[in-house]
Amino acid sequence: MADAKRRLTAIVALLASGLAFGATDIELEPAGNDPDNVNSLQRGARNFMNYCAGCHSAKYVRYNTLARGLELSEDQLVQNLMFNAQKPFETIQASMRMDDAARWFGQPPPDMSLIARAKGTDYVFNFLKGFYLDPESPTGVDNRVLPGTSMPHVLWELQGFQQAIFTEDENGNPVFDRFEPATAGSMSAEEYDEFARDTGKVLQCISEPIRSTRRVLGVWVLMFLVVFWIIASMLKKQIWKDVT
Amino acid sequence: MARVESELGTRRAAFMKWIDDRFPFTETMRYHITEYYASKNFNWWYIFGVLAMVVLVIQIVSGIFLTMNYKPSAEEAFASVEYIMRDVEWGWLIRYMHSTGASFFFIVVYLHMFRAMLYGSYQKPRELIWIIGMLIFFVLFAEAFAGYLLPWGQMSYWGAQVIISLFGAIPGIGETLVEWIRGDYAISDITLNRFFALHVILLPLAFIALVFLHIVALHHVGSNNPDGIDIKEHKDPDGKPLDGVAFHPYHTSKDLVGIIVFLMIFSAVIFFAPDMGGYFLEHANFEPANTMATPEHIAPVWYFTPFYAILRAVPDKLWGAVLMGAAVLLPVFLPWLDRSRVRSIRYRGWIYKLALTLFVISFVTLGWLGLQPAEGVYVLLARIFSIIYFAYFLLMPYYTTIDKTKPVPDRVVYHG
Repeated sequence: MADAKRRLTAIVALLASGLAFGATDIELEPAGNDPDNVNSLQRGARNFMNYCAGCHSAKYVRYNTLARGLELSEDQLVQNLMFNAQKPFETIQASMRMDDAARWFGQPPPDMSLIARAKGTDYVFNFLKGFYLDPESPTGVDNRVLPGTSMPHVLWELQGFQQAIFTEDENGNPVFDRFEPATAGSMSAEEYDEFARDTGKVLQCISEPIRSTRRVLGVWVLMFLVVFWIIASMLKKQIWKDVT
Repeated sequence: MARVESELGTRRAAFMKWIDDRFPFTETMRYHITEYYASKNFNWWYIFGVLAMVVLVIQIVSGIFLTMNYKPSAEEAFASVEYIMRDVEWGWLIRYMHSTGASFFFIVVYLHMFRAMLYGSYQKPRELIWIIGMLIFFVLFAEAFAGYLLPWGQMSYWGAQVIISLFGAIPGIGETLVEWIRGDYAISDITLNRFFALHVILLPLAFIALVFLHIVALHHVGSNNPDGIDIKEHKDPDGKPLDGVAFHPYHTSKDLVGIIVFLMIFSAVIFFAPDMGGYFLEHANFEPANTMATPEHIAPVWYFTPFYAILRAVPDKLWGAVLMGAAVLLPVFLPWLDRSRVRSIRYRGWIYKLALTLFVISFVTLGWLGLQPAEGVYVLLARIFSIIYFAYFLLMPYYTTIDKTKPVPDRVVYHG
């Protein structure tokens, strides 16, 4: 009850000021996706299963739907991507228990089924590249795209750690300038970019598995309508011939 | 052979007589379809009424199939929409038809209303058609608002939270009223359930009843035309208007062409851009409702934004809500605000043409402003364009009286 009242007050304040809060509009570096590159999708799925799926579920996505998007056979799917499921029609669940996760990180890691649709692939790309050392954070890192994130930099082995360099604006507020590598990872900067890009792409693929199908189907629908339109125009002309 | 045909003909006539003795089938068909005469010089502005009917059918049919798979509960709603999108056969198509249909409903209805303003279709004797039409528009608003809560995404939740809380601005009963609408202290499963009931039963029933009345009233007085003149004043010896052609087969065959062009645009959106860059399906609505965190920007869907901009242009919450309500209601009075002796823009003077142009500019700009954060120059612009919006209606009795009109022709202008 008190909680509801507080929430209401917050809404009224929001409405009165007309300002959206919590908004940090950060310019995102374009990921440069090529949505029809199957190799990149397959690499992205490998990345996701190896590095993300331990903690992040994709609970609306079935393994076999993913395999269709990646153009993989069921055998290939079972051997390469299905680590903690028995049947290909099962949905992608995290290995970690969510109540454990909530205790360890303060909140459970968000589900990844729709993240690319909600935030965009550029967001995913920049998020994966956005971790920097922050001694004040419990995980030792913060993220430029999602400040205050409770996610640790689980990809540090690949990317290495980086330092964020801030400059000051005219009011003395820190403004992000650039990243500088602090420790080296096993990947070069280009390799890690590709890693982040591929991962964003597979997330886009699972966020709307029907995407490529609908685009092919749409062409046929429009072609049918063009033919229908020609016939209907001829019919209209014929019927209106005697109207003067 | 000929004998068989004539025998079939007789039997058919006998069957129709049996029906007509019991139900006015032939009479109704003639009155509304084969002998309903509408002007032969309709231009493409006249397609939007029939397109609104097409969208209504699309929404009802796709809605029925969505209802078969959707679960109206706070626990399951979001997941059931994803189930429709991923696991139900053709569910994605049905869902995109419905979500795209919602936006297209407003596109065609706004253009349909604009057509009435262009050609003075609301003027005497069509005042009731206009008022019934405005009621349909209000029901459409309610229907779209209730429907938007159902996917139970972040925008569904917080958009509804903001709009419902507006009723709290009413002095005295505000808070109680808000609780009564929500059925809870916050938007909850209970709110979702009642919005579902309204969205799939009450509002569609009201909608269809009003559309029926809209058409009965229209067919009683006859359609207006781009010249804004009465085609019933010149009839042939059989009593058929000289400038009119029968709804069927003339207007039906013409409408079919328009419907196909519409379906092309509609399909292009469904198959190639179902979220329309976040305007038809807002990005934040792909996150499940979270009662603890607001989305970054709360913006209503595009079709509400002109009125939302007016709401935010006013510094005071109560007066903002009052002005927003006035902005929605004012068009109802158009038949009496407009004192012009001519209907069609073709024969009006420069003052009305200027006023209508300014009105369109202000409506579109307000729509855009409603999507921007309410700060700085946006607020100033919203105030300027709100004033123009209201001035269009409130000054209308004056400027339509002094506006110099041109002589109206006797017969409609038709170029074959």
